[in-house]
Amino acid sequence: MSTIVPFGPQHPVLPEPIQLCLELEDERVVSVIPVVGYVHRGLEKIAEKKDFIQDTYLIERICGICSFMHSMSYCMGIEELMSIPVPPRALYLRVIWAELHRIHSHLLALGLLADAFGFENLFMQYWKSRERIMDAMECTTGGRVMLSSCCIGGVRRDIDENQKKFVLDQLKEVEKEVTSLNRTMMEDYSVKQRTVGIGVLSKEAAYAQGAVGPTARGSGLVMDHRMSGYAAYRELAIEPVVETAGDCYARTMVRCREVMQSIDLIRRAFAQLPDSELKTPFKGNPSGEAVIRCEQPRGEVLYYFRGNGTDKLERLRVRTPTFANIPAMLTMVQNCQLPDVGVIIISVDPCVSCTER
Amino acid sequence: MTKATAKAPWVVHVNCNSCNGCDIEFLACLTPMYDAERFGVLHIGTPKHADIMVVTGSVNNRNARVLRNLYEQMPSPKVVVAMGVCPATGGIFADGYNVIGGAEKVVPVDVFVPGCPPRPEAMLDGILEGAKILAGKRQNSVTVKPVRRIKIVRPAAPAADPAAAAAAPAPVKEEAK
Ligand code: SF4
Repeated sequence: MSTIVPFGPQHPVLPEPIQLCLELEDERVVSVIPVVGYVHRGLEKIAEKKDFIQDTYLIERICGICSFMHSMSYCMGIEELMSIPVPPRALYLRVIWAELHRIHSHLLALGLLADAFGFENLFMQYWKSRERIMDAMECTTGGRVMLSSCCIGGVRRDIDENQKKFVLDQLKEVEKEVTSLNRTMMEDYSVKQRTVGIGVLSKEAAYAQGAVGPTARGSGLVMDHRMSGYAAYRELAIEPVVETAGDCYARTMVRCREVMQSIDLIRRAFAQLPDSELKTPFKGNPSGEAVIRCEQPRGEVLYYFRGNGTDKLERLRVRTPTFANIPAMLTMVQNCQLPDVGVIIISVDPCVSCTER
Repeated sequence: MTKATAKAPWVVHVNCNSCNGCDIEFLACLTPMYDAERFGVLHIGTPKHADIMVVTGSVNNRNARVLRNLYEQMPSPKVVVAMGVCPATGGIFADGYNVIGGAEKVVPVDVFVPGCPPRPEAMLDGILEGAKILAGKRQNSVTVKPVRRIKIVRPAAPAADPAAAAAAPAPVKEEAK
């Protein structure tokens, strides 16, 4: 006989409201039914009501954690529709902000994971390092979460020498702190007890269920859309971080190593930063269709645009990474023990407000 | 007892329809850089232990019931702090087809913290302001207005002229229990 236990929408381990109805046999989870809609805002519909320049700031608010990358993908799409060339310096600045966002998102996820298995101290430490990245973003753009520095045709702000020095100093500190924190995450006995061998997703299952981002890379799939070289990633040569075990530990490892990779990327981007205009002026309205893919901290996002020559888009569709990861997440939760559900879910790093928009 | 509660308010965080921007800033308040605990603010997971409810995000047809339910579970006296412009007016999502509007449509809000998202300092200020209101509620032993049952209806289609729009009923109909 099985029991159905609702998990959420208000649950201490979940920062966001999503409900999972867990069908239990004693403590073992037999099946999971997700119940969504608590964060649905009808954002795609609102985007059709506002004009395409206002949409840049609306799209940023799909998700506060990867806000810059959302506005970047949106701008890339409109630029493709209207064939606007982006100046090289703007491309590099976009990479710098995007990678800052990736670091902050990964540190946030690692912290929440630590909180999910009850390691409060580690959570606080990760978030303390994360504040340095927030400071770096605030120093360069003026906003901590909503940077609003990406605009169609380029970027709105430049990074000058003083700001560059500040960002690099902060990165140095973050590197030092996170290296020692990662050691705890990777080697601590009690942490390993909670993550190794829990929530295993095989490579085949990850491929078949269309997992993306660290979830896919933790299962051994070499999939990082940055390799395709959008923005300035072409000149920066990305080596994707891949682990093969497919459990919570492997996914966490991917994030730990990607933080270091992003720090390295920002340094290289600063070293190669070319001099040019910041933005290309443009005229007219978008028309036609475009599809844009972009690698976000949680995986690959897909944007579809259709413009009809007016100042309002006819259709904007966003397929966010967490949406792609939900089938994989349900597979992982099956047959695990009830106390592990929180850890498994947080190890996928779901972002519900992206998923439901 | 009175003093103790006002000096150590326990906070429950309810994410309604937020974009996460406010949530991560609220969580940042609890971490060492801003450290809400130095004011005795403790973040807890269950509404039954909480004195202050922090709401982020606007309210939609689906989560209005959840918000109301969580509010009713909190012991009285209680204070609601709305973080960001979303729970104040609906914010950037106010045009959404299923968005009812701000949190005030569903629960009585005591403190509004403006910003999109507000800075963590502003959030802390809002919580402390809420704690003061909480102390007042206790000392004057003001009981909270009897809780009313709400019925959620879809927002009326926008009226053509502004005068009619002003006269149109609010999107949330309230009925006495
Ligand atoms: S106020 Fe702004 S940052 Fe906060 S939830 Fe609303 S849109 Fe997001």
